[in-house]
Amino acid sequence: MSGPLLQAGFAAALRDPAAALPSGLRAWNGSDPAARFAVHRNNVVSSLVAALADTFPVVRDLVGADFFATTARGFVAAQPPTSPILAEYGAGFADFVAAFEPAAGLPYLPDVARLEFARIRAFHAADAPALTPGQVAARLAHPEQLAPARIRLHPSLQVLRSSHAVVALWAAHQGHGDLAEVDPDRPEAALVLRVDDDAAVIALPHAAAVFTQALADGRPLVGAVDAAAAARAPDHLPFDLPACLGLLLAHGAITAWLAPGEST
Amino acid sequence: MNDRSLVGIGLKSAHVARILGGDRVDLGFFEIHAENFMSAGGPLLDRLERIRARHALSIHGVGLSIGGAGALDAAHLQRLESLVARFEPRWFSEHLAWSSHGGAFFNDLLPLPYTAATLQRVCDHVDAVQRVLGRPMLLENPSTYVEFEASTMDEAAFITDVQRRTGCALLLDVNNAYVSAVNHGRDARDFIDALPAHAVAEIHLAGFAEDRDGAGARLLIDSHGAPVAEAVWALYLHALRRTGPVPTLIERDHDIPTFETLQAEALRARDLMQSPAAARHEALA
Repeated sequence: MSGPLLQAGFAAALRDPAAALPSGLRAWNGSDPAARFAVHRNNVVSSLVAALADTFPVVRDLVGADFFATTARGFVAAQPPTSPILAEYGAGFADFVAAFEPAAGLPYLPDVARLEFARIRAFHAADAPALTPGQVAARLAHPEQLAPARIRLHPSLQVLRSSHAVVALWAAHQGHGDLAEVDPDRPEAALVLRVDDDAAVIALPHAAAVFTQALADGRPLVGAVDAAAAARAPDHLPFDLPACLGLLLAHGAITAWLAPGEST
Repeated sequence: MNDRSLVGIGLKSAHVARILGGDRVDLGFFEIHAENFMSAGGPLLDRLERIRARHALSIHGVGLSIGGAGALDAAHLQRLESLVARFEPRWFSEHLAWSSHGGAFFNDLLPLPYTAATLQRVCDHVDAVQRVLGRPMLLENPSTYVEFEASTMDEAAFITDVQRRTGCALLLDVNNAYVSAVNHGRDARDFIDALPAHAVAEIHLAGFAEDRDGAGARLLIDSHGAPVAEAVWALYLHALRRTGPVPTLIERDHDIPTFETLQAEALRARDLMQSPAAARHEALA
């Protein structure tokens, strides 16, 4: 059998534990190669389940190790990694969990997974120097240029708006707050970005989350403010522009502030 | 400590603070898995810069699929090139194995039959790696659990041919040699004796787990989850008598002990390299 066909058979048998062994295997003592091939089947599944457990520790805590392993095995079978960079593996896990019937009783689980994956992305994202408060103050000194300005945000920054208390659920698993006190059905929004070499999770009012997402999408300041003002905020908090800019500035999230016509 | 008797350990995030702290480090180098450092930015790369400023580095790829039936992943090879260019490691190594097929990555080092056709393909892939990286690579012998009816050469002959045709160096994984020999009913010393000793540029030592095959025979599994076994230390000594001192690394990826424990294992390798028992048998080399 030629190399490509042989590897195709080997790969198919690795992916499906019910599949027949690939042909052409041999053991020195004439033993059934199944026990030997099982080493590879186990290596593949257990190492990928372990990689997902590293990426989604709070999901694992919330459902328990056994349930997590069952879910993760299903994901590995449905969506094996396409890259050898395992930090990138799991982008589809939240959607998989959302469609995973046995997890239907935990509707907040997919967004917790989204938050955890955002943290991994933030941790590995590119570096970029933040503007200093002085540089931002210089921009604010020209009010006529504010509305069309475009604000660039740190490459690690991501916004997650959820119908569930994802920030409180996540924080409770870091030892902040009591999990029993968390109402999982309270809508929350999160800002995820790298702060002091760690991927931070910061609670945001919903309107501020809409505003920040609009900036991240490249909209000018006035457009982002309009989007925030128009948003139906489930937390009923009004949009507070100075507070939101202050929070972004304090966390080193603003990397450029471009007046009309300026590029980097 | 001369350059040939450098010893090192695989770099673990749990040990970074200890390595960068003020306390003495008696190791000559650290090894990283390339695929764990392919971030766009962030603290992992910063910490690696700081370690690299003080110690030699070995970059060990675990995802290039050199034994794959398809073409090498050009984007991945380019990422390796960037990493090697940035961190200037003493060595870059990869495995005689495959790990990707049909767009899926299996995260395991999978075996290939040893034939004239696979030999040509592996040589082509090693040539491509060396061309892109602009330096010789080290090729590591694998742990294997099954063999193929299609094979027409033994592993040592296959590796020897790849080395001769591509000019690559060898990473002799003594634990893999032991694991494969037990798993296939052979003597690991014969495997080591058949390799070109002059080409061995790095040695790996690690621990294995033990299982049974379908007939109840010992089936060893390359687990990187235990200390180096005494049988592997003995085989290491056998290898040193042919190669002379060779930079040696302790690999540990599971049940990771303290830095001091791993360092002590590495220093045992250095003591062995410098002991009269390891005196080189020039006639054999």
